[in-house]
Amino acid sequence: MEFGPIISAMRRNKVGAILIAVQMAITLAILCNALFIIEQRVALSKRPSGADEANVFIMDNQWVGNPPDVSARLQGDLAALRSLPGVQDAFATNSFPMSGGGSTEGIRLHPDQKDATALTALYFGDEHAIAGFGLKLVAGRNFNPGDVVDKLGYTDLKGPTGIIITRILADKLFPGGNAVGQSIYGAAPTGQTPIIGIVDRLQVPWISAGGWGSKFNDSSIIEPFNFISVYPYHYIVHTQPGQMSSVLQAAPKKLFDISRARVIGKTQTMSAARADAYKDDKGLVVILAVVCASLLAVTAFGIVGLTSYWVAQRRRQIGIRRALGATRNAIIQYFQTENLLIAGAGAAIGVALALSLNLWMVNAFAMQRLNTSYALIGAIVVLLLGQAAVLWPALKAASIPPALATRAA
Amino acid sequence: MFNYYFGLAIRSLKRNIVLTVLMIAAVGVGIGASMTTLTVFRAMDSDPIPQKSGQLFAVQIDNWGPDSKSVVSGDKERFQEQISYIDAVGLMNAKAAHRQTAMYKTGAALTPANPQLLPFQVQIRATHTDFFSMFDTPFLLGGAWSADDDKNHADLAVITQKLNDKVFGGGNSVGKTINLDDHEFRIVGILGLWEPIPQFYDLNNNAYGEGAEVYLPFTRAIDGQMPSWGNNNCNGDVGQPGWEGRLRSECVWLQFWAELPTAADVDGYRAFLNNYASEQQRLGRFHWPAHTRIRDVREWLVYQHAVSDEVRILVLVSFSFLLVCLLNAMGLMLAKIMGRAGDIGVRRALGASRRAIFAQCLIEASVVGLAGGLLGLALTALGLVGLRSLLSEEVSRLTHFSPADISIAIVLAVVATTLAGLYPTWRAAQVQPAWQLKAQ
Repeated sequence: MEFGPIISAMRRNKVGAILIAVQMAITLAILCNALFIIEQRVALSKRPSGADEANVFIMDNQWVGNPPDVSARLQGDLAALRSLPGVQDAFATNSFPMSGGGSTEGIRLHPDQKDATALTALYFGDEHAIAGFGLKLVAGRNFNPGDVVDKLGYTDLKGPTGIIITRILADKLFPGGNAVGQSIYGAAPTGQTPIIGIVDRLQVPWISAGGWGSKFNDSSIIEPFNFISVYPYHYIVHTQPGQMSSVLQAAPKKLFDISRARVIGKTQTMSAARADAYKDDKGLVVILAVVCASLLAVTAFGIVGLTSYWVAQRRRQIGIRRALGATRNAIIQYFQTENLLIAGAGAAIGVALALSLNLWMVNAFAMQRLNTSYALIGAIVVLLLGQAAVLWPALKAASIPPALATRAA
Repeated sequence: MFNYYFGLAIRSLKRNIVLTVLMIAAVGVGIGASMTTLTVFRAMDSDPIPQKSGQLFAVQIDNWGPDSKSVVSGDKERFQEQISYIDAVGLMNAKAAHRQTAMYKTGAALTPANPQLLPFQVQIRATHTDFFSMFDTPFLLGGAWSADDDKNHADLAVITQKLNDKVFGGGNSVGKTINLDDHEFRIVGILGLWEPIPQFYDLNNNAYGEGAEVYLPFTRAIDGQMPSWGNNNCNGDVGQPGWEGRLRSECVWLQFWAELPTAADVDGYRAFLNNYASEQQRLGRFHWPAHTRIRDVREWLVYQHAVSDEVRILVLVSFSFLLVCLLNAMGLMLAKIMGRAGDIGVRRALGASRRAIFAQCLIEASVVGLAGGLLGLALTALGLVGLRSLLSEEVSRLTHFSPADISIAIVLAVVATTLAGLYPTWRAAQVQPAWQLKAQ
């Protein structure tokens, strides 16, 4: 295939060719950045919480007034929940993964250290917390009932007797792998706290992309506290497989039987909490996918339209070429090569545009650097799109009869 | 003349129906996508209190200093988004602004008078009386409590119409009481619908969600030890245990707003704040020079990133998409006009001036733009319905099309398409009559 005639023909249609190339460049820039965002958001929403999500539900509870015997009421509720048929275990806590609300603490390795070694999320719970969430203890031991004390709301500053932390946090604090038995220092002026156990995984409550929790997604601490609060708190109930719906019905009834002077707030399965927490991420993914598809369609139709016009414009010349011996394939190849040249130029500009767009987004938003392979994949997609779009006009061009050349214009 | 060109435009568009449909579809899809995201962006970016946004100021005081051990880092200038109870009381007592209020979000269990009904949770904002006049809250019945009520820590409440309907079945409930966590509060006022979007006065929690259902005097809520249901940030030093300890701590958990009607008031308040902070330094509480800031509503929204990154990304993507659509339409218009070079040659030969050709083609482009804009409006409506089903309830509250949005869509479509039509039109005006006639 000779490029000479194609290029000289394009020179006569400069603006049309430039328009297509620029369109393809912008399409490419948006496409690969959008795909990159889509891929990231999907990965984000798949991060495990560490809990046995399929069999865990959360029930918010709040007492009316500030009854003096909240501690006893809490234990009464928990005993009732644990005795329900179909329940594996249950406990009360201040927060849960993906809830979006909770408590944070900076952890230090020495009492006089200024900057925290690690940011962590705090979960309060008793010796049933690990079984209640369905976590996996991988080192050390669970809390004993004797470790657990009442914590009277967030303004109660007493420190824990010992803590259970996540594996990732343990590796961060003690890269040697011997975290159990070591001590750390929290915010509370209570001195050192020994690490008594390690769980495989427990996600922090804050999960939004680029949000607060994204810096320490799996750095969580469980502190042996009964959370006694005028603030609404959560019962975490771990059911036997398949028993979720019956327990979901029975649990509030059971608690109202004990006392009606309470508000049972939001009751949701952990799967529902996940769907809720990531709804906007999913929405963004769908919107971007729709925009990408529309973008490809518009660009493709644009190529079809302009190329068809060029074919119509050159009917006579094509007829003459055919009369002079050019095959149908040669005509098809002509338009395909022409499109490849334009799309190639567009793709080259597009890759540069895509990378600079990403660079700008890295600065303007909490975005990561675009993997260059995305730009290359995008370039291939755009080139293929051009070839596919040009096929129909090219076929139409190839069907121009050579006899056209013999007719008067 | 315009009517004639308009007629010509319609006839020309009809003649090449496929190209015309492609152009209108391209413009329509582009406008639909960009207007859908722009609607959400404009809702997020809108001024929630346009009549006063330049007179209401959020107050920030650096009470942690340069050696702060906080795990929650403030901004680059070391400011936290909220202030401490010590400073809230200090600023309220000084009364240096025209109006001022400290506030925080809390909640309680409301027990209905009818024992058959179960208690339910209500969201509460604890605030001072100036809150209502500062933010122009619409009272349906009654009004705010008085400054004396603030001083007396009175058991009074302002409730929303929605809560009034729920608890009392509507009607004039001023003077009746509600039971919050076993305490009776007498209702002094009922607020009509007031949901500024975003909820600028406290952006930390649910900025696009529903606001409070009950408003209580700040002093009364503090007496009742009603804990903050919002963000509490404590410096490395959390103070003493218990409620009193929290009040005496440097933890930040309160919002503070001042109303400053004139530029002189603003300068005056800045000076006052610096004096206040310097005084704290003299007293030994701050070990650093005065470091304070006030921001009006619009500055505050920008500072607090009220418009989410996701929406910015979507606006960027959809406007790039619109650009592609317009380039597309431009290419198609070029093809269409050059395909009609012969006609144009004949018209020129018959005496039409370049200007006439130019006007004719530009009107044709505008007609395409108008049709594209109308299609775009329909697609925007569809897009917003789609967004509502895809996004969380919070964001869904921002997907309402205003009349302004409709005119923006049409104007954007017509102007953008006409601009895209300029080059093809110019090319049309360049057509040489003689050359075209010869070729025929």
